[in-house]
Amino acid sequence: MAALTPDKVLAELQPIFEEALDEPGLSVTRESNATNTPNWDSLAYISIIEMVSHHFKVRFALAELQDLKNVGDLVDLVVAKADRT
Amino acid sequence: MNLDQLSLDELLMKRKSLRRQLRAQLTLHPVRIAVLGGSTTSAIVELLEILVLLSGFAPSFHESEYGRFYDDPVHDPQSLIDFRPDIVYIHTSCQNVPPPSPGTTEAEFEVQMRSQLVRFRAIWDALDQNLACQVIQNNFELPPHAILGNMDATASGGYSRFLMRLNEAFAEEAGRRPKLLIQDIHGISARIGLDNWFDWDRFFSYKILLKPAANYAVALSLNALIRAIYGKSRKVLVLDLDNTLWGGVIGDDGVDKIQIGRETPIAEAYTAFQEYCLSLRNRGILLAICSKNMEEAARAGFEHPSSVLRLEHISCFKANWSPKHENLLEIAKELNVGTDSLVFVDDNPAERAIVEAQLPDVAVPNVGSEVSRFASIIDAGRYFEPAGLSKEDLERAALYATNAQRVSHEAKFSDYGEYLDSLEMTAEIETFKPVYLERIAQLTNKTNQYNLTTRRYTLAEMESLSTSPTHICLYGRLTDRFGDNGLISIVLGSQHADSLHLDLWLMSCRVLKRDMEFAMLDAIAHRAAARGIRFLVGIYVPSRKNAMVADHYERLGFTSQPAPTGSPEGATFWVYDLNGYSDKNRHIQCQPHETPTLNPRNVSQAESLS
Repeated sequence: MAALTPDKVLAELQPIFEEALDEPGLSVTRESNATNTPNWDSLAYISIIEMVSHHFKVRFALAELQDLKNVGDLVDLVVAKADRT
Repeated sequence: MNLDQLSLDELLMKRKSLRRQLRAQLTLHPVRIAVLGGSTTSAIVELLEILVLLSGFAPSFHESEYGRFYDDPVHDPQSLIDFRPDIVYIHTSCQNVPPPSPGTTEAEFEVQMRSQLVRFRAIWDALDQNLACQVIQNNFELPPHAILGNMDATASGGYSRFLMRLNEAFAEEAGRRPKLLIQDIHGISARIGLDNWFDWDRFFSYKILLKPAANYAVALSLNALIRAIYGKSRKVLVLDLDNTLWGGVIGDDGVDKIQIGRETPIAEAYTAFQEYCLSLRNRGILLAICSKNMEEAARAGFEHPSSVLRLEHISCFKANWSPKHENLLEIAKELNVGTDSLVFVDDNPAERAIVEAQLPDVAVPNVGSEVSRFASIIDAGRYFEPAGLSKEDLERAALYATNAQRVSHEAKFSDYGEYLDSLEMTAEIETFKPVYLERIAQLTNKTNQYNLTTRRYTLAEMESLSTSPTHICLYGRLTDRFGDNGLISIVLGSQHADSLHLDLWLMSCRVLKRDMEFAMLDAIAHRAAARGIRFLVGIYVPSRKNAMVADHYERLGFTSQPAPTGSPEGATFWVYDLNGYSDKNRHIQCQPHETPTLNPRNVSQAESLS
């Protein structure tokens, strides 16, 4: 199975963010976070984490989620978890 | 699209686009749902919205502030009152009930249990007083940890025992309060498994107690309850025969070689499935057969000595070589139900696919081909969820059987009037009685064909109309020599000056062409005239299903009127001048009216008073 690269993860995150934030055509970058992206409130955040877990088949520990500052951090976390399995 | 075709995957990953797509549907029935949370409610509301949209409703939601499932209704109900909910859902869990301390005595256990019950009763009383709407209350799952091990279930200090005792008390309360429905979280969580129930990470992060799959199970149950409240639960289980109700193909193997009974594990499995189907029939779900077989061979299967199901349990039998979807349409017609009342079970995925494609309203659970799993899969679909269990419900299959007797009796008469007289029909037509209100509300919500306006009313609304001085609310029960048809017609009118507007007129299709509508007309005419009402005003509002009653008022002798501006599209208006009214019912014996019969003296007296 091909290794999960940061670019691949970011690409696969696009439809998830489009759906969670209800913004078809939205494009997120590594720098995107709640302060600079439309509709990103706490309810959307719950959906994002749920969908990312489901899609990449990874489970996040509480401590891991606490340190995320932007989409880039999330991408790196997913890549790290996928490597470990 | 219906629920069976939607995967959990799609539901989790495409909520917002699904919602947008479903909201765009026409003909959605609005429903207002207030959710009172003991934990964060956003996740369950999100899922419930999609499911309820799929069921043909347009939901509006009101969520209480976090954790205020008690304070809002009891101390601060104004926002709830302003929202005017049709349904209030109380989303509580074991987290909302403090555990007894391990050293609690039996006496203290009872006292603490009562005080929790009193707390919830205060919520239900406050809701009843301020809103008088339907309430769905969660009972309690077992606790996440058994602090006392096995003794947690038996000791007076055991949390598990405490919650189970509270659940029992809730069950008793629900028996006393017709507008309170308990959602069996205890059962739902048991089927999912407690280890798959609590989501501690999400609870600590956002106070969402349940895992996504657990949330989904609760949303499915809520959706089924809401459908049940509005009379949309399904009524008929249509079954294939070969390898669905018995092992083997009866046309090839012969009745002696089909696998049913106790001889082999496969025979046992099919026997168990037949027993499951029979239990459904015994609680009022009709069974029908749809099989590709010679009719004789198909029927022979039920004469196998070990067959649990017998021909008398089957309300409609179709065994032929026609496409199954055509047979399903016939079954729906013969049983007088819509295709949206059918659940089709067949081990053959090709047959399932054809029915799914041709009849999107029919529920086609993916039962697979392993008979030992059929019952669990059907059960999980919650197609037949009840909101109440009346005598009529439990005896539905028997009612259909006596109807078959009536049909064959009719064949003996050339004069239809003679046939009707020979039925020796008697009717009880009276104003709403409290003991019948649940059945009245149920009939109102599920009758679609013989329904002039398709207006829906909740139990609470019927309750208040039944005591309103400006309304006349009548029910009709019909009995004949073959049996009691039960409560089968409702006429409801609101008084405006000297007219009675007939807001609701419906009748069960079970009693068509018996002239019951004439008996109802006589009854409403007499009661209206006794109040000094001069005119009956009838309205027909066309719907997808009620074309059969377009001429109802014409047949009753009403005169057509132009429709007022602002009337619904296609609606027709009718008027009946009660002056000189003479009874129309010729074939049904009615109990004497409580009010004096119409005569010219009364009418002119009433006229001089108004």
